[in-house]
Amino acid sequence: MNSAQTLTIVRNTFREAVRDRVLYNLIAFALIMIASALLFGEISIGIQKTILLNIGLSSISVFGLLIAIFLGIGLVYKEMDKRSLYALLSKPIRRSQFIVGKFLGLNFTILVNTAFMSLGLWAALFYLTRGFEPQDIYIWEAIYFILLQLSLVIALCLFFSCFSTPVLSAVFTFVAYVIGNLASDIRTFGELTENPLLGALTTGIYYMLPNFSNFNVSSWVAHGNPVEGSVILWNTLYALCYDAILVTASVWIFSRKDLK
Amino acid sequence: MAAIEISGLSKDFLVGFWRKHRFRALDRLSLQIEQGEVFGFLGPNGAGKTTTLKILTGLIFPTEGTATILGKPAGQPEAFLHAGFLPENPYFYDYLTPQELLDYFARFYPLTPEERKRRCDSVLDQAGLSDVRGRPLRKFSKGMLQRVGIAQAILHEPEIVLLDEPMSGLDPVGRHEVRELILQLKAAGKTVFFSTHILSDAEALCDRIAILNRGKLVGVGQISDLLRRQAGYDAVIECPSPEAIAPLAPLAAKPPLYSGGHCRVQIPEQELSRFLSLCQGDGLRLISLNPVRLSLEDYFVEVLRDTESGRAPAAAS
Amino acid sequence: MSPRTTAPASWKMALLLACGFAVLVPTQMTLNRRLAPYRETPEMIWVPSGKILRALSLGHNGLLADIYWTRAVQYYGRQRVDRKFEYPLLSSLLDITVALDPQLLIAYKFGGVFLAAPPPYGTGEPQKAVALLRLALRENPGEWRLWHDLGFVYYWELKDYKAASEAYLQGSRNPNAAPWMQVMAAVILQKGGDRQTSRFLWTEIFNSSEDVTIRENARDHIDTLRALDDIEELERRAATFHGQTGRWPLAAQELIAAGLLQGIPLDPAQHPYQFQPDGKVTLHPSSTVKLDYGPSPGSL
Repeated sequence: MNSAQTLTIVRNTFREAVRDRVLYNLIAFALIMIASALLFGEISIGIQKTILLNIGLSSISVFGLLIAIFLGIGLVYKEMDKRSLYALLSKPIRRSQFIVGKFLGLNFTILVNTAFMSLGLWAALFYLTRGFEPQDIYIWEAIYFILLQLSLVIALCLFFSCFSTPVLSAVFTFVAYVIGNLASDIRTFGELTENPLLGALTTGIYYMLPNFSNFNVSSWVAHGNPVEGSVILWNTLYALCYDAILVTASVWIFSRKDLK
Repeated sequence: MAAIEISGLSKDFLVGFWRKHRFRALDRLSLQIEQGEVFGFLGPNGAGKTTTLKILTGLIFPTEGTATILGKPAGQPEAFLHAGFLPENPYFYDYLTPQELLDYFARFYPLTPEERKRRCDSVLDQAGLSDVRGRPLRKFSKGMLQRVGIAQAILHEPEIVLLDEPMSGLDPVGRHEVRELILQLKAAGKTVFFSTHILSDAEALCDRIAILNRGKLVGVGQISDLLRRQAGYDAVIECPSPEAIAPLAPLAAKPPLYSGGHCRVQIPEQELSRFLSLCQGDGLRLISLNPVRLSLEDYFVEVLRDTESGRAPAAAS
Repeated sequence: MSPRTTAPASWKMALLLACGFAVLVPTQMTLNRRLAPYRETPEMIWVPSGKILRALSLGHNGLLADIYWTRAVQYYGRQRVDRKFEYPLLSSLLDITVALDPQLLIAYKFGGVFLAAPPPYGTGEPQKAVALLRLALRENPGEWRLWHDLGFVYYWELKDYKAASEAYLQGSRNPNAAPWMQVMAAVILQKGGDRQTSRFLWTEIFNSSEDVTIRENARDHIDTLRALDDIEELERRAATFHGQTGRWPLAAQELIAAGLLQGIPLDPAQHPYQFQPDGKVTLHPSSTVKLDYGPSPGSL
């Protein structure tokens, strides 16, 4: 019964996103892809594919990030603010199922969105090169890593929206995303500095905040280079682990919250 | 077993910018609602009615005390198998239709797909929504949304239905429809617990009521009992001086009003015979004697005024 | 029947908007002119550090590298078009590009050619080109062609034939390397700067590069070398003619008549060579072949 109930929430979250016309961002993405492909007459041939992949992967990442934050900040707060949560929580379910269901539902939405964008990218690639090379398969690795990153963003949004307003949640999430991307540089900075306090602080930030730089392989893959299998496994473990931490913290906060 | 049992329930909120001040929204509320009765929960705005309902539905957590629904702790999933809830000013996902919404909610109950469909159809009929089952909720008027809200509250045929201000914002037709629904539920043997500040609805529907003011229970019992206790007579007496009616004062429910040789006094029912004998004896000429029919509103205002001024509230029956 | 509102009449609104744009467009055009001086001194802009940019790019370093690469190429092209023939920012732009994406080989190759080439075709900083290519090899150890690019800088601009040969030798050790790498290593060590070797290497660059600018540059060099070869040969035949007739030929026809030529010799730009009275052969005045593309004097 429990998992069926949670699945119901997952499906409804997806339905809400679709009817919210969020998937229309795909149109903007398609336009960018078409425009890029058309402009390629200006650039030397060898680098056209690299540029297309860079534009495509960066667009998937940026659009995914925007959608994730945009939908994510609404996740809990909108329901609370508009009180649709009251009716839902009067059904025989636990609050934890609500949080988990919302989390999975939004991940599924992002997955579908990314899948469509990936198809667009592959279509543009085919149009450009009229055929695929074996190393093109590594592009999926970059897309998979983008999905892992986005799951972290969703978890962050969920966590923040359990106790703060939509605007603040978006700001916190975005700041965490930026710092997370700079994580390795921050740690290097800390290592180079002589100050032990600063060093400890930067190391702490490095391990506590989500390390988004682990997943940045787009430029590597755009040159047809593969990512090692073990890296894929460890990154997956990292993302799942951090997601679990954030979702657990969200459940902890939300289960104790007075809904006024 | 009582349908709803509330015992010593208190709720404090921390208010102020630094959350330092304690605001007691509910103070040691104890109440018992029996199965099958329609119970009205009255009180002015801010009395704590919604707080109580939210504790019963697990939306907020009590500071002290307990609440149970059919013996199970309020707010737990087991309790919700037997209770349905209509929140105040409900909002439902406006991109859904009533059919979709009810189907969505029905999936949280242990029903087979056939039962689910049957229940949804039946409840749509009962709430008079069959014609608009396919229209998106964002196009619904307030009255129609209220009906949707009741529909989703009775979807799983619960024994207990909790309604928070079910009539708020409805036009007369809407109010009538909701009243009919509540009476139908009563006829089917369900327990209905609803909060309202519209006294005429309470009078028309409720078996028993409770009045809450500033978080405290100030009156509970059958309406007829409460009103009878306060009902009495309004007497106008001719008296030469204020001192002359001094012997009557202890009988009166309220201090007498004196003006220009006349005195107006309210005598409770049970003191009537003593009053009449006193009038005959002390040379006070009775000018008029009229029975007072106290309305619930009068009772309500009076009880509130009493608690504001510190007098003891009416005893629970 | 349109609803009667209290809103102002539509024509008034349209007129207001039109007036707004009528003021806006000329204002923008004036701004374009006034801002031109501020935009024309790119040398004054702050040049960011590549490493910092890479950190700030939040994972989009590949895209940013592509953007900087495009800027570098456009900068080079624009300076040429404006006939400025100085490229002070080129080195920084390329450094930023490769800091953002160390695998962007085309950027290294571009620097290898145009940082080494002397003005007006480049910045004349062959040591910078060498440094850039050595960085490229550190980041992309499997790219054997980079050894060729490096060796060529030593060979053509720096005239350091020992270093050039070593570079070709290093590159030839890669199992994927073309066989001529090893051959070149030996030839350069043995013969030093040689026109045939140079033409081979420039042809190799022309065939293997995907960048239009580099290819054009290579083609011009190939044309120059061919023209130099042609001129040498024609001057030899003219000397033969002189020996036979006692005077210098003034036109190709005279050589043809003397059986020393089969047809009118055209330079790579399809212009006929000119025979001067002193026995020298020069290019036609309207020929586009540049003789100064040849290696600096004193070597060949």
